Amino acid sequence: MGAAVTAPGSQGTGPQAVGTGPACPRRDDTFRPRILRVAGPLVEITCPAAVAMHDMVVLGAARVPGEVVAIQGDTATIQAYEYTGGLAPGHPAEPEGRPLSVRMAPDLLGGVFDGLLRPLAGAGDFLTSGSSGVPNRRSWQFTPRVSAGARVAAGDTLGEIGAKVPLRLLAPPGRSGEVTRIASAGGHSPDDVLAVVGGHEVRMAQSWPVRRPRPVAERLPTDRPLHTGQRAVDLLFPVALGSTVAVPGGFGTGKTMLLQQIAKWCDADVIVYVGCGERGNEMADVIEELTELSDPRTGGLLAERTVTIANASNMPMMAREASVHTGATVAEYFRDMGLDVVLIADSTSRWAEALREFSSRMGELPAEEGYPAGLASRLAAFYERAAAVRTPGGATGSVTVIGAVSPPGGDRTEPVTAHTERFVRCLWSLDRDLAYARHYPAVSWADSFSRDAAALAASHARSGDPEWATRRGRVAQLLAEADRLADLVELVGITALPPQERISVLAGRLLREAVIQQNALSPADAYSTPEKTAALVEAALAVIDRCLELVSSGAPADAVEAVDFTPLLRARESAGPTGTALVAAARNTVLARLKEVA
Amino acid sequence: MSGTVSVEYTGVRELRGPLVIVEGVSGVGWDEFATIVLDSGERRHGLVLEVNRDLAVVQVLEGTAGMDRTGTGIAFAGTPLRIPVGSGWLGRVCNGRGEPADDGPPVLGGTDAPVAGVPINPVRREPPNEPVLTGVGAVDVLTTLVRGQKLPVFSVAGLPHLELAVQIAAQATCGGEPFAVVFAGMGLTHADAAFVRDGLAARSAARELALLVNTADDPVIERLLTPRLALTVAEHLAFTQGRHVLVVMTDMTAYSEALREVSAARGEIPARRAYPGYLYSDLASLYERCGRIKGRPGSVTVLPVLTMPAGDITHPVPDLTGYITEGQVVLSPDVHSTGTYPPVDPLASLSRLMRKGAGPGRTRADHPAVAAQLTAALARSRQVRELADLIGRPALSPTDLRFLDLDDAFRHRFLTQRTDENRSLDEALGRAWEVLLTLPRSQLGMIPADLLDAHTPPRGEEPT
Repeated sequence: MGAAVTAPGSQGTGPQAVGTGPACPRRDDTFRPRILRVAGPLVEITCPAAVAMHDMVVLGAARVPGEVVAIQGDTATIQAYEYTGGLAPGHPAEPEGRPLSVRMAPDLLGGVFDGLLRPLAGAGDFLTSGSSGVPNRRSWQFTPRVSAGARVAAGDTLGEIGAKVPLRLLAPPGRSGEVTRIASAGGHSPDDVLAVVGGHEVRMAQSWPVRRPRPVAERLPTDRPLHTGQRAVDLLFPVALGSTVAVPGGFGTGKTMLLQQIAKWCDADVIVYVGCGERGNEMADVIEELTELSDPRTGGLLAERTVTIANASNMPMMAREASVHTGATVAEYFRDMGLDVVLIADSTSRWAEALREFSSRMGELPAEEGYPAGLASRLAAFYERAAAVRTPGGATGSVTVIGAVSPPGGDRTEPVTAHTERFVRCLWSLDRDLAYARHYPAVSWADSFSRDAAALAASHARSGDPEWATRRGRVAQLLAEADRLADLVELVGITALPPQERISVLAGRLLREAVIQQNALSPADAYSTPEKTAALVEAALAVIDRCLELVSSGAPADAVEAVDFTPLLRARESAGPTGTALVAAARNTVLARLKEVA
Repeated sequence: MSGTVSVEYTGVRELRGPLVIVEGVSGVGWDEFATIVLDSGERRHGLVLEVNRDLAVVQVLEGTAGMDRTGTGIAFAGTPLRIPVGSGWLGRVCNGRGEPADDGPPVLGGTDAPVAGVPINPVRREPPNEPVLTGVGAVDVLTTLVRGQKLPVFSVAGLPHLELAVQIAAQATCGGEPFAVVFAGMGLTHADAAFVRDGLAARSAARELALLVNTADDPVIERLLTPRLALTVAEHLAFTQGRHVLVVMTDMTAYSEALREVSAARGEIPARRAYPGYLYSDLASLYERCGRIKGRPGSVTVLPVLTMPAGDITHPVPDLTGYITEGQVVLSPDVHSTGTYPPVDPLASLSRLMRKGAGPGRTRADHPAVAAQLTAALARSRQVRELADLIGRPALSPTDLRFLDLDDAFRHRFLTQRTDENRSLDEALGRAWEVLLTLPRSQLGMIPADLLDAHTPPRGEEPT
């Protein structure tokens, strides 16, 4: 490959200096944009007047895709999405006259894509420039829900698509009018014209620019819970559908494990998993597990509700920058069908690093630690794509965004972590000490927060669980008390504490081991229903209350501590994902043993 | 390592650090390989870092010492750097640029490959699930290395990490399947380089080793190339020829410093501790070249070795490495000070892929339970030891005292190993059992009862 050296070049010193304007194109080339400069993913081209910001440009003979990120005079700066090796000044550049857009269709479900949403299946063992798989063009069952002659508005349902997840064909944004044609029920490929609305052809497959949020009728308050199946989250730091979560954690704290558990078990309709600058082996693992596990709700495979965007850390860096927007666009596409979508981005720090890399090459003034001054607003804009909405067609849908953050050296004052904390509604902070003690998920109760808790308490009360807020408050207070005493115990020893406080230390241990810890590798414990979580908390609190009563009535703390609490500690494993009766039995066994102390 | 040379440019405009800026060039692409000829006739090599109109910025691998503006000619190869690959590398000793250092002829191969590598398609990756046995008991039992994994050794200056790296490179096997080691030394002292050559002489003679050594007084920039050459050679041996290949890269801190030096010379905006902002992506472009591919028999396993400056695990090099790799083997000055080799800290060390690479059909059925129980018991031992320091040994309970015994037994019977001792997994696991059985059976709750029955000696007999 490569361009052979064609001209001898001007030997000796020439007058040309860096940045003095186009040198290579001659006058007759004015209308054919040419490359001027290549520095890694940054490419400068001569810019015809018609090129707009964020337009796609195809570079060189290798047809490397890129996006216009700056225009200055007659020069445009391009952010290239693939390896630019071999591109040279003078090579052609071809503006496409449209912004970076992605093709979305039902076949996204179950698929694995790169940061520009090009399918990876069938793309070969190694990803060379321009290699791309082919979209899966299987046929989908279509059932019309309107007849020809009906008048529809943008976002209205035209028909239903038979997938494991209930999908719909909608009148696209901005298109309304009379339905002049509608396909009959039956199998159709994503690229078939299924309807004509106001003179516009409607297919299952449609294209949307990734940087433009899809329109909504209105934003709704976030007050419906997302059940993640993870007790530490559902109990202490719950998240609402349409809310935002950041998960900061140093390496080895189990960040990816927690996010994968949520991708597997949360009760959203569709999961969009964006692996952004993370490990290739890890992506392979996610893909394999999702295709093996079945979904407890639909009975289908978990993969059938999941869209995976895999942009491993050694894949082109700038595609990372695009991948979070691509993910958000895919999430909004399914949201508009009235679905609840969870968008997981692992890790937003790698995305921010791509921003930094590019801004540094552009010569922008750096703010903190070399990140561009616009970092905070870019982060805020990304998280704002989360919302619970009424769609233009009147349906209710949501996009919940969960972003991992990888603070360098575990330093939570670094810019990405510090800014992200300000923009999210929930923070699940992962603690290295907990992780080293093999306490998983290592969600720190001291450093995390959920600003959705009050709204969700009201929601739980409406749906028949008025005690939810009380339980949560009690657990949080007991854990905080135990932490405070733990520091004291290290200094003076447990025996120096008064009996009531010794029981508080015991209570902390019982809650941590019987309720908060969760074994992601155990089929019985990996996922916890709301009922099982509630039963475990009630069992632990009942035992703790009895212990407190015992020492208040004079029983020695030694004797209470010596009771075998094992049945309670093992209940989360032995009871299975739903077995509340077994949890109650474990509680009764322990209560009976406590009776013997008295 | 020479490309087709068609035009030589002489318009050197600027020389700065390792960079030479040439003007008047035409048709030169980014990331092309360049050959530089000095007045004296000496040939050097370079890579194009940037092309801007008729200017090209070239990074000179051998450094710019002795180069001047008028007597330097530069020719561009028209392609990114490619090197010959093939089994011709096995048994050879080369410098950090891949030139022979063993008086042999240049390494030739039937085919060549770009040193920058090409990312493996994530959907074509096969999740790693089979072990590489290193013959080092602490690694094999507690942090099993898995084929296709990247598992770094975190060390501190003064600890025997090079000894451990050489021992692993000399002993590692993949259960009789075709196996090779590619060893990339970066910034090694001459004494260390000689130690590596001697330690691996047998493996080299058996044509199972390719050795690339950049010494501390070699050009710094050459270090950026050394691991890429090693991985390019390894990928071909693995994915084309079907071998399991272990790539040992030491010392990654020296590599990262070279990266920082080039970044500073280019006037880039520094991030943490003046390392460039792309350090993570650059390290990932090396570490991520490990793996297995569906339908191909070989594997590339990467074992980077790095020294943590001042023992600081939050330093950018170990920190970013930890974010990319799948676990870490941590060497501890505390263990070293007790005279134990290898000084592995069992609690800070972890192999994330061990869950899939160890156990029945992979290593031995009892392996995962033994490893988990041993780690848990050692964690308790450490707490007991801290308690004993505070309140004194006599105040400990009898059970606590047994945990102190376990800690001693662990160091003396399990961890300690000679640098030339190739310990079988069976023997290492046998020793792990011996250490565990210093505890009463009631303290071994993580091991299933049937396994305990099989390994507990009948009453009154000593464990064998």
